[in-house]
Amino acid sequence: MESVGVSSRLCFILCVFFSAYFFAGVRSSSAELQILNAERRVDLSSHIIRVSLTLKVENIGTTPASELLLAFPPKQVDHLAWIQAAAVTGKRKKKTFLPLDVKPSTGPDGPNGTKHYSVTLVNKLGSGESVTLEVLYVLTHSLEPFPVEISQAESQLVYYHDSALVLSPYPIKSQETSFRTPTSRVESFTRLEPTDRSGTELKYGPYEDRPSYSFNPILLHFENNNPFAVVEELVREIEISHWGNLQVTEHYKLAHAGARQKGGFSRVDYQSRQHFGSSASFKHLLAELPLRVHSVYYRDDIGNISSSRLLIGSKKSELLIEPRYPLFGGWKATFVIGYGVPIQDFLFESADGARYLNYSFGCPFAETVVDKLTIKVVLPEGSEDPSVVVPFDVQQSLEKKHSYLDVVGRTVVVLEKRNVVPDHNTPFQVHYKFNPIFMLAEPLMLVSAFFFVFLATTVYLHMDLAIRKS
Amino acid sequence: MGATVKMEKNTTNPLTKEQKGFLAMKGWKLKTKQQELLIRVSILLLVYVLAFITRLFSVLRYESMIHEFDPYFNYRTTLYLTQKGFYEFWNWFDYESWYPLGRIIGGTLYPGLMVTAAIIYWGLRFLRFAVHIREVCVLTAPFFASNTTLVAYFFGKELWDSGAGLVAAALIAICPGYISRSVAGSYDNEGVAIFALLLTFYLFVKAVKTGSLAWALASAFGYFYMVSAWGGYVFIINLIPLYVLVLLITGRYSMRLYVAYNCMYVLGMLLAMQIRFVGFQHVQSGEHMAAMGVFFLMQVFYFLDWVKHQLNDPKLFHAFLRITVSSAVGLGALALGVGTASGYISPWTGRFYSLLDPTYAKDHIPIIASVSEHQPTAWSSFMFDFHILLILFPAGLYFCFKRLSDATIFIMMYGLTSMYFAGVMVRLILVATPAVCLISAIAVSATIKNLTQVVRSKPKTSPSGSSKGATGAKAAAKGSFDQSLPLERNGAIALLLGAFYLLSRYAIHCTWVTSEAYSSPSIVLAARGAHGNRVIFDDYREAYFWLRQNTPPDAKVMSWWDYGYQITAMGNRTVIVDNNTWNNTHIATVGRAMSSYEDEAYEIMRSLDVDYVLVVFGGVTGYSSDDINKFLWMVRIGGGVFPVIKEPDYLVNGEYRVDKGAAPKMLNCLMYKLSYYRFGELTTEYGKPPGYDRARGVEIGNKDIKLEHLEEAFTTSNWIVRIYKVKPPNNRW
Repeated sequence: MESVGVSSRLCFILCVFFSAYFFAGVRSSSAELQILNAERRVDLSSHIIRVSLTLKVENIGTTPASELLLAFPPKQVDHLAWIQAAAVTGKRKKKTFLPLDVKPSTGPDGPNGTKHYSVTLVNKLGSGESVTLEVLYVLTHSLEPFPVEISQAESQLVYYHDSALVLSPYPIKSQETSFRTPTSRVESFTRLEPTDRSGTELKYGPYEDRPSYSFNPILLHFENNNPFAVVEELVREIEISHWGNLQVTEHYKLAHAGARQKGGFSRVDYQSRQHFGSSASFKHLLAELPLRVHSVYYRDDIGNISSSRLLIGSKKSELLIEPRYPLFGGWKATFVIGYGVPIQDFLFESADGARYLNYSFGCPFAETVVDKLTIKVVLPEGSEDPSVVVPFDVQQSLEKKHSYLDVVGRTVVVLEKRNVVPDHNTPFQVHYKFNPIFMLAEPLMLVSAFFFVFLATTVYLHMDLAIRKS
Repeated sequence: MGATVKMEKNTTNPLTKEQKGFLAMKGWKLKTKQQELLIRVSILLLVYVLAFITRLFSVLRYESMIHEFDPYFNYRTTLYLTQKGFYEFWNWFDYESWYPLGRIIGGTLYPGLMVTAAIIYWGLRFLRFAVHIREVCVLTAPFFASNTTLVAYFFGKELWDSGAGLVAAALIAICPGYISRSVAGSYDNEGVAIFALLLTFYLFVKAVKTGSLAWALASAFGYFYMVSAWGGYVFIINLIPLYVLVLLITGRYSMRLYVAYNCMYVLGMLLAMQIRFVGFQHVQSGEHMAAMGVFFLMQVFYFLDWVKHQLNDPKLFHAFLRITVSSAVGLGALALGVGTASGYISPWTGRFYSLLDPTYAKDHIPIIASVSEHQPTAWSSFMFDFHILLILFPAGLYFCFKRLSDATIFIMMYGLTSMYFAGVMVRLILVATPAVCLISAIAVSATIKNLTQVVRSKPKTSPSGSSKGATGAKAAAKGSFDQSLPLERNGAIALLLGAFYLLSRYAIHCTWVTSEAYSSPSIVLAARGAHGNRVIFDDYREAYFWLRQNTPPDAKVMSWWDYGYQITAMGNRTVIVDNNTWNNTHIATVGRAMSSYEDEAYEIMRSLDVDYVLVVFGGVTGYSSDDINKFLWMVRIGGGVFPVIKEPDYLVNGEYRVDKGAAPKMLNCLMYKLSYYRFGELTTEYGKPPGYDRARGVEIGNKDIKLEHLEEAFTTSNWIVRIYKVKPPNNRW
């Protein structure tokens, strides 16, 4: 925690230093673009920061532009969990969004380590034309608790570092940034004219005619008592059985990533203050499970945890879990959630006869960050040619697993991804080939085992091994 | 035979159906012998299954979990064994307990249970059953209970007949005295050991009966398994010599006995020495000397027999006998005296003394006396655990006396001695249970057999008698003996019905006791809520898991020794003392810290590197087996080693109280402070003042508790476990 603080401060200073230097910096961009209007809205209300950025881009050069660069300070890139962009066409009520491809740029970094993401435009932007882009990105671990340690009753204050100006490789004609804090309690914020604050809204700008790579560091210090629920490690195991069940087992390492608990924990105080809810601790989490979920269990290394509630509705199933104890800053809890779902809801047959599993990526808990997510799809014994379709970058590998009555072992497709947020809860597919005859292997094994036991007994009973008749 | 089948109907319903179905198949007629075999095997199979499933109440009511205290240690060691392999396990030095002393696990436990569970686990894994080791541990005791019923059947068959064997199997399958230690989750040595005990006895009796080396060898291996599983093997190694002695005295010496005992003793002893915890005790400890003495006596007997055979002169032989016996006894006494005096033979341990003399522990070893299962048994618990067996036991003894044989003498001796021990200590009811079941089975089987013989023998003469009896006075006039027989028959039927009624009561009682009393894991507490709903108090696991997750991995936790195994197994933290009470001084130090004032206790805790203190407190929930109620034992055990702690300081006029009238030392000692810290602010019951202790039903005497060197680190949701952090010393500057 401390080292992060130092490095962020260092970065902050560097940014201040370099931003002054690069105010007049010119970058040899392939196409000459400029941003007519930039509007940025930063939602700080939970510990997952959602930023939406509306850019109106104009091509002032002569060559048509096919891609557009988005710039991020190096600090933010590390915490960038999710990014998507869309081109907006139409006006007001008839707006349509055309999703665009965003990927880390292969080009050189910007000044002082600024990283780029390139947005590929579907239609090339001709000279003099303009387009409106809607960019959404999500940052995690960017709120730094200060004070670092708080006592049980205190509420949690956090720092947020950002720039008052939108960082961009292109000059920006006019821009505005607004921050939304969870409560109206804001301890302090960097004042830059014009700054406007009303309630939970904090607005910087409008600023006119800023050159490219303008950066103006600001610091916000405000109250945030939302649960800083971070799953440090999540292993989801999805086991396919062609007999009709899809068994999902999820191993969690949950932590409260907010300000650390200082001093002891007093049950008296906790009981008496429970109803006010002003503390940064949390005692339950809500997970959304598939609709027709069954045999749900919730346990940890030392046994069942009795404090959970499952609500199966007609639209969705929700599981409310309470860890064994309320989580305060720095406290951890590990647990396992398991459930079964009917296979026909998630397993399909594609046109070429192969099968594919279509299941949701990500963590079912609302508003949680997963630092490291591992998904293991256990294919049935005898399946071949697994391939994975995931809408974003993941690390893939294969493993073997031996479960009940397995002889050769099951193929396990392992997907790993860091920094996962609820936006990643989109379906992914695993394709494989499977011959249904393999389904009968295990029952046949059991039947033959019993058969041989009976046979052996019969043979034994009819044998006379005595050397001498008595 | 038929009688026992009927008895079975009470306990196992499916059987009757099966039988009916079987009898209905007329086309398939089996020979009577085959029928009998089939019925016997199916009854045994059903009893086997019954013994297993009746022990699963705890899994159904709660979950598949390890129970109580010691099983947690066994579970932890089994886990270690399966993860690291046998050699690592054998050489394991455990830093996590008895800080700072540590414990040599491999040399201080009976590995039988763990190895058994690990072998089952590996076996299942090999057969591609991907079970978790916890499930294996949870189900080990029921599995062995099922096996015990098989042994009981064969033992009963050996003692009396196969009918008695079947009854014995059925009785022992559901006997509460055994179930109390073998429900699913009760992963303790006894679960395996009773099987091993009964197996050893059965094999030995078989060896004595046949005089076969093979059976004697088998019994030696049975004994080896028993030694590896439980400290109760001392019972075997003393009972068998005693039995042999009795046979010698009653003139039942035979070559069969000689072969059986010598083979069993010598091989059993050598095998037992392979267990590190037992080591050379068979030749060095006073508790094992009886077996050795009898071994030498056997040789003298054999020698004398040979001499008698050679001499053929009674007078000369008598003179020789006198000299030999007196010199042998003299030599033995001398050897024993020299051995004891030189310290080669260790004297009897306190535990052994306390078995022979129930009052011994109370005066000399408070740590043994403080354990509830070491208390002398109350009559009610005999009734609770044995029910009708308690009445059938003397009847069975009567039958045994009527048909004396080597085998029945053995079971009588086993029954009588174990009954005595069961009276001394509650937990030893377990050892008596197999004997009681077997002897009772003899009573039941023999009675019912006699009665059915009466009932069945009549039809040949009585059809005429009864048809005539219907006509009235004529039949009465016919003959006087004819009249007495129907009466006898009716009486027999009535008695049979009575017996079935009693046996069905037994079955109902056993099921009830199992489900109500013996299936609680005692980690999770269940209570009835105000609306009749079931309320679960899962505070222990809450606290242990908190320790596991939120304290530094090398934190040392001080608590009373009861919770030591659980803290290391579930909390994965180092403890100062645990349930393996091998070092009385260490425990007394903890007791002293708990009963001192805070600043004195702080010094002790600093010297032991304690980081956290854990106390169990039932004042909010009314949970009565908490640390305040155990506190007097801490004072006693602490005071036994450190005379600074004096019991009267904590009492007022010999009375133990926690309210305003309590002794000042009591109100300010560490245990009181930690239990009641900030409890005075809490209203526990409507209409009572704040700080009302529901476990003891009083308002506490000291509500304004300030802690100087400790701070509350965690308290569970129902306040049952409270954990305090020991603060580092203040900065001097």
